[in-house]
Amino acid sequence: MSKMNLTRRGVLKTGAIAGAGVAAPTIFTAQSAAAFTNEPTGSSVTLGFNVPQTGPYADEGADELRAYELAVEHLNGGGDGGLMNTFSSKALQGNGIMGKKVEYVTGDTQTKSDAARASARSMIEKDGAVMITGGSSSGVAVAVQALCQEAGVIFMAGLTHSNDTTGKDKKANGFRHFFNSYMSGAALAPILANNYGTDRKAYHLTADYNWGYTTEEAVRTSTEAMGWETVAAVKTPLTQTDFSSYIAPVLQSGADVLVLNHYGGNMVNSLTNAVQFGLRDKLVNNKNFEIVVPLYSRLMAKGAGANVKGIFGSTNWHWSLQDEGSKAFVKSFGTKYGFPPSQAAHTCYVQAMLYADAVERAGSFNPCAVAEALEGFEFDGMGNGPTLYRAEDHQCFKDVLVVKGKENPTSEFDLLEIVEVTPTSQVTYDASIFGGELGSCNPGA
Amino acid sequence: MEAIILQILNGLDKGSAYALIALGLTLIFGTLGVVNFAHGALFMIGAFCAVTLSRILTLSHTVVDETQKDFLGNPLKVDVPYVMDWFGESTGAAIIDWAVPLSILFAIPVMIAIGVIMERGLIKHFYKRPHADQILVTFGLAIVLQEIIKYYYGANPIPTPAPAAFKGSFDFGAMMGFDPNTIIYPYWRIIYFAFAAVIIGAVFAFLQFTTFGMVVRAGMADRETVQLLGINIDRRFTLMFGIAAAVAGLAGVMYTPINSPNYHMGMDFLVLSFVVVVVGGMGSLPGAVAAGFLLGILESFASMREVLAVLPGLNQIIIYLVAIIILLTRPRGLMGRKGVMED
Repeated sequence: MSKMNLTRRGVLKTGAIAGAGVAAPTIFTAQSAAAFTNEPTGSSVTLGFNVPQTGPYADEGADELRAYELAVEHLNGGGDGGLMNTFSSKALQGNGIMGKKVEYVTGDTQTKSDAARASARSMIEKDGAVMITGGSSSGVAVAVQALCQEAGVIFMAGLTHSNDTTGKDKKANGFRHFFNSYMSGAALAPILANNYGTDRKAYHLTADYNWGYTTEEAVRTSTEAMGWETVAAVKTPLTQTDFSSYIAPVLQSGADVLVLNHYGGNMVNSLTNAVQFGLRDKLVNNKNFEIVVPLYSRLMAKGAGANVKGIFGSTNWHWSLQDEGSKAFVKSFGTKYGFPPSQAAHTCYVQAMLYADAVERAGSFNPCAVAEALEGFEFDGMGNGPTLYRAEDHQCFKDVLVVKGKENPTSEFDLLEIVEVTPTSQVTYDASIFGGELGSCNPGA
Repeated sequence: MEAIILQILNGLDKGSAYALIALGLTLIFGTLGVVNFAHGALFMIGAFCAVTLSRILTLSHTVVDETQKDFLGNPLKVDVPYVMDWFGESTGAAIIDWAVPLSILFAIPVMIAIGVIMERGLIKHFYKRPHADQILVTFGLAIVLQEIIKYYYGANPIPTPAPAAFKGSFDFGAMMGFDPNTIIYPYWRIIYFAFAAVIIGAVFAFLQFTTFGMVVRAGMADRETVQLLGINIDRRFTLMFGIAAAVAGLAGVMYTPINSPNYHMGMDFLVLSFVVVVVGGMGSLPGAVAAGFLLGILESFASMREVLAVLPGLNQIIIYLVAIIILLTRPRGLMGRKGVMED
């Protein structure tokens, strides 16, 4: 029989170690018996949809949530099957994911990084979500992606356009289907040169945060390569609502093009202000003054109303595309909800489907197996033509749409028209140019 | 020179909005002694009066157009506004086009009613409570109001354009002998400035030249004495709350073509308007107006590219910087009176 030596120091040490164990976040300990975080053991699997339900992007978040609910319905065998009918991979059978019924929980990102991390953490820790997806902001995407990397779950980004999400802030557990600022610049520049000529002077107004910087840089680089000159680039506060004091000096600068590197409410207000000032009616340097909006969304176009008419921009997807995948998605979504889906809804639906398909092909919910199945995956039939999930940075490469505000819309959804489908080859870049390291996949166990 | 004139013009319309909101805030503070953090929400509700009237005027019945297809390939359903049926296509279209100016008539009674209900229903219970309690309850009310608006109208901005007659801009530069296009200014912003000047003038005239206004001013100076004279000053102050709400509401109505209204627009103006009131001097109506225009113009100058090149970020702090300097040199603000909020 051994003798126990109880000393004051020993008791304190043991207590400290036990205390630390109890206090450690359950995210790192709760799955110690499982192979990976939130391994589904019952007859169902839970996905976490983290979208803005309140705040300025709540309408976009609502559309994302509609798309996720439709994806869950299709995955579980309901509805008309949507894009499962046109998807080049035939791993999904409409019987859930690996035979497990798909259930979901939702979180509210509020378009704030801390709130988005808190809701994602709650869905992982309390609800057992095996994958997190959604969002309408690059700041949120980068923050939640980092959390998912730590927690050992897959993050399928929603609407995030900054180069950083799959550039300097990329993570092994994170994947993005949406396009990025670089692609917008590369797709837009030739169209702008064709329509407005190569001898142009551009004035940039740029939202003063990460996405604004990467978008300005991408558009500047691409347009300058075409011969344009950038006469000024002015950062505007994210909280700015009246842009008159930024727009008024534009004509004095000698510029004949105004590039609005703004999104959401910023874009709606800056474009409205620019049109109010009558910039588009002016003749500068013997050329018509033009405005460019690098990233369009239908909800923004709706907010800006008639001001978008004739203005070029880029978008990830548009409901008027006539490929079989797009038509199938518009039919499913339109029949269920009564209006066509936005690009945010499309990318979110596709991300949910791609995750489910990767699990089926991997034969496991283990995030490392799923990541391996997604890396280098080539697919078609999802609305953007042949697409590659590049292994090096987890960025999807596909055609990019250049659109223009429609002159004579027939409805409140018919605001943009496609002027060019820019082929993948023109928007592809070297994975190393934005820096960052993927690191290794974290299964969380 | 052109840049300076341009930024003064910019500052005037921005200052108009600040001045109108701050004027209402000061009226409420001067009469009822309440620090009303829901005042920005009243500005926002005014803007949504314009949205609401615009929607009422575009109430439509559906006509199926067999020649066009919708996104699902079905015959397109086209909305035809009733006003076009009733008044003919061109007159109906003109009525819809003038929705924002028409909203002024719609907003005045609505805003006065909202102001009176707000004061009688909630704020009167907080007259004798500390300012901190008043701030908390009115701030809470502002959040409730904006969430109600968001529930019914969504979070996305709603375009509410000016009449077509006021689209485009006026070339001040050409008029003043400068090169064309160097000083251009939108027609609607000129109208906004003129409208603000008329409203401010009307409020001052009302207070200065009417018996009602005289009693209100007397009540602002010495409430107890006025009450001892047998005058029901509370009723008059309630009506002043309604008038202050209407001033904020009208500022919101006319602002809708400048920026598409959304549920959060009141909050964007609220903090700045409070700074305007403090800089102008708590309780001083001329101070609120003067500070509104002063800070609007300074904010415009701070946004100039040449200024930002020397002092990056100045545009984001200029108003607070000026507030600090003025409060250090003139603790009661530009035109503040002794004894206001000093007990």
